[in-house]
Amino acid sequence: METLLYSVLMLSALGGLFAAALLIADRLLTDYGVCEIKVNDREPLSVEGGCTLLDALYANRVFIPSGCGGQGTCGHCKVTVISGGGPVLPTELPLLTQEEIAGGVRLACQVKVKQDIEVRIREEYFSIQQFRALVASVRALARDMRELRLRLTEPDRIEFRPGQYVQVEVPARGGPVHRAYSISSSPSEQGEVELIVRLVPGGVGSTYLHNVEVGDDVTFTGPYGEFILSEDPDTEVVCVAGGCGIAPAKSIISYVYERWPERRCTLFFGVRTTEDVFYRDEFDRQAGEHPGFRVHYALSEPEKGAAWDGETGFIHLCVDRLLAADDRPRQAFLCGPEPMIQATEEVLRAKNIPDEMIFYENW
Amino acid sequence: MADAQTTQAAVIFLAAAITNNILLSDFLGLCSFIAVSRTMRTSFGLGMAVLFVMACTTPLNYAIYHGVLAEGAPLLATDLTHLKLVVFIMVIAAFVQLVEMVIERFTPVLYYNLGIFLPLITVNCAILGASLFMLEREYDFWQTVAYGVGSGLGWALAICLMAGIRGRLQHADVPEPLRGLGITIIVTGLMAVAFLGFSGMARIQ
Repeated sequence: METLLYSVLMLSALGGLFAAALLIADRLLTDYGVCEIKVNDREPLSVEGGCTLLDALYANRVFIPSGCGGQGTCGHCKVTVISGGGPVLPTELPLLTQEEIAGGVRLACQVKVKQDIEVRIREEYFSIQQFRALVASVRALARDMRELRLRLTEPDRIEFRPGQYVQVEVPARGGPVHRAYSISSSPSEQGEVELIVRLVPGGVGSTYLHNVEVGDDVTFTGPYGEFILSEDPDTEVVCVAGGCGIAPAKSIISYVYERWPERRCTLFFGVRTTEDVFYRDEFDRQAGEHPGFRVHYALSEPEKGAAWDGETGFIHLCVDRLLAADDRPRQAFLCGPEPMIQATEEVLRAKNIPDEMIFYENW
Repeated sequence: MADAQTTQAAVIFLAAAITNNILLSDFLGLCSFIAVSRTMRTSFGLGMAVLFVMACTTPLNYAIYHGVLAEGAPLLATDLTHLKLVVFIMVIAAFVQLVEMVIERFTPVLYYNLGIFLPLITVNCAILGASLFMLEREYDFWQTVAYGVGSGLGWALAICLMAGIRGRLQHADVPEPLRGLGITIIVTGLMAVAFLGFSGMARIQ
C-alpha cells in the first residue's frame, strides 16, 4: 500500500518538476520580446516576436497574398527581407530561384519574427483590405460544389479585376486560418462577391464554407491575384478550368460580355463525371446571346451508358483538338489542379500563345 | 583505485562507441537511422542531437535512479525501481522537448531539416536502451557518463557512415526490387558484421 502511494506521489512529483522546467525554458527561450517591422520605409510596426512575418503583418492590417494559407506551398507570399530574417530555410528553397535568394526574397509565411526586421513589399499590397460580409445566399451546384454569395457590410464595396481571389478567415482551434477562393462574380457587382467552394474531405476552409448558412458573418481579405485581362476587344479570351477552377473564368466571362458583347471567348471546362457538371444552363444561355462565345465541357471519367453530348477525355486534349492554332492575339486564363495547368500550358504554347499571355492559378 | 576506475571508464567509452556499437550490435534506434540517413547533412544533425540527448539523459537517469528510485536511496528509502521505465521515458521526453526549443531558437535551419525526427528522438529506443543497459551492467557514475557519451557517439558514427554509403549507392546499379529500403537494410547488416570484428577486444559487461 505504502509503495503504491509513494509510486503515485513520485510520478506526479517528477512529472510536475519536468513540466515546470519546460515551462520556464519555454519562457526564456521563446520570448523574443517586442520586435519592430519596418515595411517600405513606413512607420515601423511593433509586434510580439515569435510568430511568422505573414501573421505579424496580417495583425497590423498589412495583407500579403497567400494562396495556401501559410503552409509554404504556393509561394505567393514572397517579400524582400532586407535585414533580420535569419537564414533561408529548407522549407523555402523549393519555391525560390537562385536570383531571388541572392536578392533577399523570402516566404513571409516561413520567416519568424525574432528580431527587428526590415522588409520590402509591393506597394499595391497596401491597397488590400479586410472585408466583413453576410452570407446572402447559398446554392448546391453539384454533389460537392457550393456557390456562396457574400453581401459586403464593412466596407460595403470592393474593387477588383476579374479573376482575382480573396482569402477567407476560417475560425479554427488555435486562431483563424486563411484559405483562398477565387471570386466568380463580375467586378461590376461591387456590393457582393460570389465564391465557388468544393468540399475537400478534411479541409478546414471548405468544411467551414459548406456549413455557413444565410445570414452568417464571414470575414475575408482581398483582392489578390495576378490575372490581368487585356482591354483590347480584338484579343480573344481562352479560359481553361478544372472543377471549381471555373470561378475565375466565370468572373472573366461575365465581365467580358458586359463590356464587349461581340468579343471572342472560348471556355474549356473539365469535370470528372456527368454528376459533376454545373453552370451548364448559364454558359449555354450566354453562348446563345453572344455569338463570339463558345463553351466546351469535357468529362475525364464518363460513366458507362450515361447520356452525354459533350466532349470526353482530359481537358488539355480537348483544348488541343478544338482550339485552332492561329496568329490572332489571344490571352489564356487557366485555373485547376497542377497537372492540368502544366499539360494545358504546353498545349497553348504549341498553339502560339506566348508565355506572357498565359495566366494560371493552381491550388 | 581511482586510477583503475578512470581507465575502465575510458574502455567503456571506446567499447560503447565502436566494439559494442548500440546501433550495429544491439540494433537499437533503427527506425530513424534508416529514415534520416539519406543525406549527410541531416544525418550529422540527427547524430549530434542523439549524441547530446544520450550523453545527458543517461547520467540524469542514473542520478534519479540511484538518488530516488533505488531501495535505500538517499531521498526516499522505499523501493520504487518498478517505476524506472516510466520515469526514464519521462526524463527523455522532457529533455528532448528542451533540446527542440534550444535548436529552434539557435539553429532554425537544422530545426527544419530534422523536422519530425527531432521529436521522434523521444521514442528512439537507443536512448532508452542506453539508460537500461547502464542499470543492467551496474555501472558507477563515471562509467555511466562514459557509456552515455560513447553510445551516442557510436550511434552518430553509424548514421554518418550509412549516409556516406547511401550517397554512393545512389549511383550504384542496385537491382530494381532492392532499391531504397531493401539495400539499406542489407548494408546495415554488412556494417554490423564488420563491427562484429571488433567484438572481444573489450568487455563491458
